[in-house]
Amino acid sequence: MSELQLLWFVLIGVLFAGFFFLEGYDFGVGMQFITNAHTKEEREQLYSSIGPNWDANEVWLLTAGGAMFASFPFWYASLFSGFYIMLFIVLIALIFRAASFEFRDQVQKYVSQRAWERTIGISSFVAPFFLGMIFTAMVKGMPIDAHGDIYGGFFDYVNIYSLVGGVAVALMSYIHGLNFTKLKVEGRLYDVATKQLKFAYPLLIAGEALFAVLTFFMTDLFQNNPVWEFIICPVIVVTTLLSWFASAKGKEGFAFVTSGLILAELVAFLFAGLFPRVMVGNNPKFSILIENASSSTYTLQVMSIVVLIALPITLAYQIWSFVVFARRFKSSK
Amino acid sequence: MSLFSVLDLSRFQFAMTTIFHFFFVPLSIGTGLIVSIMETLYVVKKDEMYKKMARFWGKIFLLSFAVGVPTGIIQEFQFGMNWSDYSRFVGDIFGAPLAVEALVAFFAESTFIGLWMFTWDRFKPWVHALFIWVTTFASAISALWILGANSFMQNPVAFAIDGKMNRLKLVDFFQLITNPQLGFEFSHVLFGAFVTAAFVIVGMSAFRLLKSEKLGAELTLFYRKSLKIAAIVGLLGSLGSIASGDAQTQFLMKQQPMKFAAMEGVDNTLDSSKRDDKAEPWTVIGFWNAKTHKFVGKIEVPYALSILGNHSLTGGKTVGMNELNKQLQREYGNQSKDYYVPVNTVFYSFRVMAGGAGLVFLLAILALYFNRKDGKQLLKYRWFLWILGIATYLPFVINSAGWLITELGRYPWTVYGLFTTADSVSPNATVPGLLFTNGIFFLAFGLLGIAMIVYARRVLHAGPDDVEYETLAKDKKGEA
Ligand code: HEM
Repeated sequence: MSELQLLWFVLIGVLFAGFFFLEGYDFGVGMQFITNAHTKEEREQLYSSIGPNWDANEVWLLTAGGAMFASFPFWYASLFSGFYIMLFIVLIALIFRAASFEFRDQVQKYVSQRAWERTIGISSFVAPFFLGMIFTAMVKGMPIDAHGDIYGGFFDYVNIYSLVGGVAVALMSYIHGLNFTKLKVEGRLYDVATKQLKFAYPLLIAGEALFAVLTFFMTDLFQNNPVWEFIICPVIVVTTLLSWFASAKGKEGFAFVTSGLILAELVAFLFAGLFPRVMVGNNPKFSILIENASSSTYTLQVMSIVVLIALPITLAYQIWSFVVFARRFKSSK
Repeated sequence: MSLFSVLDLSRFQFAMTTIFHFFFVPLSIGTGLIVSIMETLYVVKKDEMYKKMARFWGKIFLLSFAVGVPTGIIQEFQFGMNWSDYSRFVGDIFGAPLAVEALVAFFAESTFIGLWMFTWDRFKPWVHALFIWVTTFASAISALWILGANSFMQNPVAFAIDGKMNRLKLVDFFQLITNPQLGFEFSHVLFGAFVTAAFVIVGMSAFRLLKSEKLGAELTLFYRKSLKIAAIVGLLGSLGSIASGDAQTQFLMKQQPMKFAAMEGVDNTLDSSKRDDKAEPWTVIGFWNAKTHKFVGKIEVPYALSILGNHSLTGGKTVGMNELNKQLQREYGNQSKDYYVPVNTVFYSFRVMAGGAGLVFLLAILALYFNRKDGKQLLKYRWFLWILGIATYLPFVINSAGWLITELGRYPWTVYGLFTTADSVSPNATVPGLLFTNGIFFLAFGLLGIAMIVYARRVLHAGPDDVEYETLAKDKKGEA
C-alpha cells in the first residue's frame, strides 16, 4: 500500500465524516418537522434554521461518492452495486427531501405544504437510517465473489447489527439536530428539544454499548485493528458524555460540536476497522484491499493536487456562509 | 427467455434518469444567467422593476434547482449501482472529473444559492448580484466537468490500457480536459441551456400577456420586458446552438461516421463525384428497414447534404452505413456482430433537434419584432402569444432529442471503440430489482414533474407582486 492510497482512504473517511457531521444535523432538524413542530410558525423556524445550508451539506455526500469513484473504483463498483436497493431507497429519500424543502417554500398558502413537510420528516429519517445500515452491513462482511461482486441475501443486509447501526445513526442525527435547534431557535421548540435531549443521551449511551458488544461478537473489527478500535470506542462514549454534560449545562455550542463529533468518530471507528480492506468478504480471500482497489498513482496524484487547491477555498466560503447565517430565530410568542 | 433483459432495463433506467435530470440542468444554468442579467440591470439602472424581475424568475430558478440537484445525485451513484463493470474499467479516468465537479462546482453552487436566496436586504445590491453570478458560473463549470467525462466516452483520449488490472489508465489529465469533443459538446450544451431558459421565460410571459387587460399597464410592461430580455438570450442561444452544432457535425463525420450516416439516413455510400449533379442530396424523411438494411420511402432535397456536410453546393462523400458496418466488423474482428445504431431514432431525433433549432430562432426574431416600441402588435396577435406559450415545452424536447443522438448513436459502445454497453452492466443486477427501481423512479419523476409544472403555474399566476421576500422567520434587523 502506498502513502497516496492511504491518504485517499483517509480522505474518503473524512468526506463521509464531514457529511454526517453537517447533514446529520439537518436530518435531525428535518425529523423535527414531524416529531416536534406543531404550528406553521414552528415549522417556519425549523426551515429557516437550515434553509441556507442544507444543500451545501448534502454536497459532501456527492463529493464522497465522486471521490470514491475516482480514487477507489473497485470499492465504488462493489459497494454501490452490492447495496443496490438500499442506496436506491436513500436516493429516493434524498430526492423527495430536497424537492420538499423547495416545494413547501413555494406553496406558502396551500394545504399541500403540510404534505411536503411530512415528506421532509420521513425522508430525513429514512436517509440516515439506511446509510447507517449500509455502512454497518458493509463492515460486517458480505458474500463477495472473486470478481468483487456481492451476491447477498436479505439477511446479509438486514440483521441485528445493521438494524442497530441504522437506528444509531438516525438517533445520533436526531440528537445532533436537537442541539442545532437549541442553537438556532427560541420558544417552545427550544424547550421541547431540551426535554428530549434529557432522554436521548442516556438512550444513545445504551445504544453505543450494545453496538460495541455486537461489533465485538458479530464482526472482526476489534480483531482486525485492535489498537485503533479499542481507542476510538471509548472516545465515542466519552464524547457522548461530554455532549450530554454540555447540553445539561446549557453550553449549546459545545453540545452541538460534540454531538457532531460522535457521528464523525463513528465513521472513524468503521473505517479503522475496515483497514487495510475496503470491503469485507465473508470469505476473507475475497475481501477487497486498499492496495488493489485504487486508481493509478498518476490519477491519485492529480486528484491530490486538485483537493489541495480546492478544499481550502471550499471550506473558506462554506464557513463564511455559516457565519453570515449565524443568528437565532425567535418565536413571536 | 424473459421479457426484459438486465441490459435493456439498465439502459432504460439510465436514459430515464439522465433525461429527467437534463430537463433541469439547462433550465437552471439558463435561468441563472437570465436572472443574473436582470439583477445586474437593477444594479446598473436602479429600476425596481428589474429587481422584481430577478426575484420573480428567480423562483422558477429555485424550483428547477430543487429537482436538478437530487436527480444529479442519482448520476453520481448510478455508475456504481447499475454499471459496476464500467466503473471498474474506466474509474481511473472517468471518476476524476466527477469528483472534481462536486468539489469545485457543486459546493460553490449550493453555498452561493443559499446566500442569494436569503440575503436580499442584507448585502449591497452589487454584492447580492455577485452571488447569483457565482451560482450561474459554478453550474456552468459543473456542466463542463461532467461533459468532460461524457466526451471521453464519445472520443477516448489520454488513456493507456492496463492489461494487468483489465482497465483503462489515465496518462494525461490535461489532455483529458482539452479533448476536442469537449469543446464542441460544452459550447453546444451551454447554448442549448440559454435557449431552454429563454423559451421558458418567453413562454410563461406570453401566457400572462394573453391576459394583459386584466394585468394593467405596469404588469404588462413587466412581462413585455421579461420577454424581451429572454428573447434576446434565446436568439443568441439559438444562433450559438446552430453554429456549435454545425462544428460538432463536422467533427462527428470523422470521429463517429456511423452516427453521422444514421443521422443523415445514408444507407449505401453517397459519392457526389459519381452523380450527375455532382452533389449529395439530403434525405428529409425516410425509414430504415433493419432487415434489408435499406433506407426506404425517401424524400430528398437535392444539394442539401453537400451544403450541410461539405459547406458547399457540390462535392462531398458520405460513407454509408452498410459499408461502415463492414469496416467496423473488420476493425474489431467480429464478423457476426452488427454495428448499426438505432437508426430511426437517431435519424428522427436529429430532425427534431435541427428543425426545432430553426423554429426557436424564428420565434425569437418574431417575438422581438412584434414586441418593439409599445408592443401593440405582440398583444394583438393572440395566436402568436399562444404559440410562444406552447413553445415553453419545445426546448425540453429538443434537448432530449440531442442526447438521444449522442448516446444511442454511440451504440454498441459505452466508451467508443473500447468497451461495450453489454460489458458495462453490473453482473449482480437482477431483473426484478431493476423492474422495481424503474417503476419507482418512473412514478417519482412523474410526480415531481407534475408538481414542478403546477407550482411554476402558481408562481406565474400569483405574479411578481406576490413574491414575498424569502425572509428567514423573524430574521429582521434588530430582532436578531
Ligand atoms: C436549439 C437548438 C439545439 C439544441 C437545444 C441542441 C441540443 C443538443 C444536445 C443537448 C445534444 C447532446 C449533447 C451533445 O452531444 O452536445 C445535442 C447533440 C448534437 N447536436 Fe444539437 N441542439 C440544437 C441544434 C443543433 C443544430 C442546428 C445542429 C446541426 C447543425 C446540431 C447538431 C448536433 C449534433 C451533431 C449532436 C451530436 C453530437 C455527438 O454525438 O457528439 N444541434 N444537441
